[in-house]
Amino acid sequence: MTRHLLSIDDVSAEEIQQLFATAAEMHDVQKREVKKLPALRGRTVINLFFEDSTRTRSSFEIAGKWLSADVINLSAKGSSASKGESLRDTVLTVTAMGVDGLVMRHSASGAAHQVAGWLDIPVVNAGDGTHEHPTQALLDGYTLQRQLGGPGSLEGKRIAIVGDLTHSRVFRSNVKSLTKLGASVVAVAPPTLMPAGVTDWAKADGFATSYHLDEVLPEADAVMMLRVQRERMSGGFFPTSREYTVGYGLTRQRLGMLREGAPILHPGPMNRGLEISPEAADAASSRILDQVSAGVAIRMSVLYHLLAGEESA
Amino acid sequence: MSLLIKGASVLGAAPTDVYVEGGAIREIGSLSADASADEVVDAAGLVLLPGLVDLHTHLRQPGREDAETVASGAAAAAAGGYTAVLAMANTSPVTDTAEAAVSVWELGREAGLADVFPVGAVTKGLAGEELAELSLMNRSRAGVKVFSDDGRCVSDPRVMRRALEYVKAFGGVISQHSQDPSLAPYGSACCHEGELSGRLGLPSWPGVAEEVIVARDVMLARHTGSRVHVAHASTAGTVEVLRWAKAQAEKDGSWAVTAEVTPHHLLLTTDLLAGYDPTFKVNPPLRPAEDVEALRAALADGTIDAVATDHAPHARQDKEHAFVDAAFGMLGLEEALSVVSTVMVSSGLLDWSGVARVMSTTPARIAGLEGHGRPIAVGEPANLTLADPAATYVVDRDRSLSLSRNNPWHDRKLTGRVVSTFLRGKKTYGE
Repeated sequence: MTRHLLSIDDVSAEEIQQLFATAAEMHDVQKREVKKLPALRGRTVINLFFEDSTRTRSSFEIAGKWLSADVINLSAKGSSASKGESLRDTVLTVTAMGVDGLVMRHSASGAAHQVAGWLDIPVVNAGDGTHEHPTQALLDGYTLQRQLGGPGSLEGKRIAIVGDLTHSRVFRSNVKSLTKLGASVVAVAPPTLMPAGVTDWAKADGFATSYHLDEVLPEADAVMMLRVQRERMSGGFFPTSREYTVGYGLTRQRLGMLREGAPILHPGPMNRGLEISPEAADAASSRILDQVSAGVAIRMSVLYHLLAGEESA
Repeated sequence: MSLLIKGASVLGAAPTDVYVEGGAIREIGSLSADASADEVVDAAGLVLLPGLVDLHTHLRQPGREDAETVASGAAAAAAGGYTAVLAMANTSPVTDTAEAAVSVWELGREAGLADVFPVGAVTKGLAGEELAELSLMNRSRAGVKVFSDDGRCVSDPRVMRRALEYVKAFGGVISQHSQDPSLAPYGSACCHEGELSGRLGLPSWPGVAEEVIVARDVMLARHTGSRVHVAHASTAGTVEVLRWAKAQAEKDGSWAVTAEVTPHHLLLTTDLLAGYDPTFKVNPPLRPAEDVEALRAALADGTIDAVATDHAPHARQDKEHAFVDAAFGMLGLEEALSVVSTVMVSSGLLDWSGVARVMSTTPARIAGLEGHGRPIAVGEPANLTLADPAATYVVDRDRSLSLSRNNPWHDRKLTGRVVSTFLRGKKTYGE
């Protein structure tokens, strides 16, 4: 594995499977009475969050603590630019306190890449703008693989990723990780929520696109619904919530179009009634809470691989 | 004070000698070997051009003297072969009054390294609503003839119409930053809209946001019988609109449209943004190769009239933010001639006479500068640039005379280099 985890580009299919295998071991820790491994004892990890995120921050915090790292959460809400300090100065200052690893969330695409260039410690991208969210993609892949039958089970499976693709870092990371694992991805959205240049991009990276959810669902082995990021929508990307739900929501009626047992995923937080109906969110085939639990295991695995060092490996 | 330039190739023609005295060219031809002058320059193998004129420079004074001052910018201009630069109005405070314009003009005179002509704002405070004191700026000692809200577009068609009409009284020109802010919002839109912006998740700036404004403005210029200048044209679509508009303007004879292209839009492409390096964040953004090709062809065939640098110095800390938060802009004065030489001359798209046209003669005509962009002829002001067409070098940003270091050419190999610059016969740069 490379020194940082900034993008799914940083890991090969084999390395993803290694991360999954370690995550599976870490997952078992969650069932223990004492949820603690000594792997990162004496190491300090900073969760530097320039953008709010309760679940991702908590997930990284728990992961670090269960590995016995000293975890410090720092919130730096608002861009450093707005405070007059450059991003470079902010991260150099924060990490100068003897930190061994940085987990960073930022509202700007590419921020983690830039920061990694300024630091000599491992950086984990915990979401950068509308660019990538690699640990989310890993936990999604891990969840799906476990559900569909273990290592290699994603090969040839058709996974639909549905919703606000333009603003989704989860989509950008997942399309990379799932295709690396051999899945056949189809990205579904109205034309206004398809990322710029997606036709060329899909051709180059080997995934499909569609505007028609009803045509895609019956063929899907799993469906991943994305949150409609209304806070990022300055213009009218679709006329009304009702119209969006009719066209692209995983409604109660559409549940019946899915193959039996096809897993339903959502990275959360959900807009119940908009992109996903309560019936779908709570369906027996919903894996949404499994994703949350897998998130800790995957983040433990990532922190372990990046930070444990030879003496602990 | 006299100057003898020996053996220079004027605009790439056969070598000759040029004798300068009292700030003007006094003699051209083969002078005797022992001809004496206060200063003799051996120009064998060098090309002599009329001093370069930049229609689009940001000097940051007043307001951001840590990034650039009029004096440091003028020094960088001289190092780039420029004898005249037009300083954009988006300083702090904005150059939207006669007093502000005269202040910039005087700072340029004090520096004495290049003639600095302030560009006046079109609207008060660049707000796009009320016209600035265009006529008073023109009547001032600074003699402002070019007006621009650069950094912002005069996006309200009613305001643009009035501005075009108003400057007709004194032969002014409106230099438009063509960016429809609804399609490419100021500040946030920072990457050419296409496959790369989709992959990187960067807010995108579609070419059409430029093209719709260019198309609208040429229609307004035709309607008002005025002159519009398209700043930093960046797309093939803009070239198409310009080609049509120029044909119409020539036919009508009552209005005019001119356009400039930057050195960076002639060479750099949007794929440089893949590493999120804010050095390459500029407005309009770097475009794909097909746009670059169209811009080169348009400059060669005259559809685009001039090369202008859009020299935009920024202090280090203003570029060390996340890409979307970092300042827009890159340096351009010192390497502009080298880039044009590398892109246009080496490929045969322009000869040195063509370079003089797009970097001196035509920009001076667009800006209404009488003492610049003149032919190299007896009696003309000795505003001159000597360049070595064969010199190849690797750019080192730390050798810059600018106060800033946001140099997109750093570590890049370029061919053709400015050797000396003369402003009214006085050497402002070179050995």
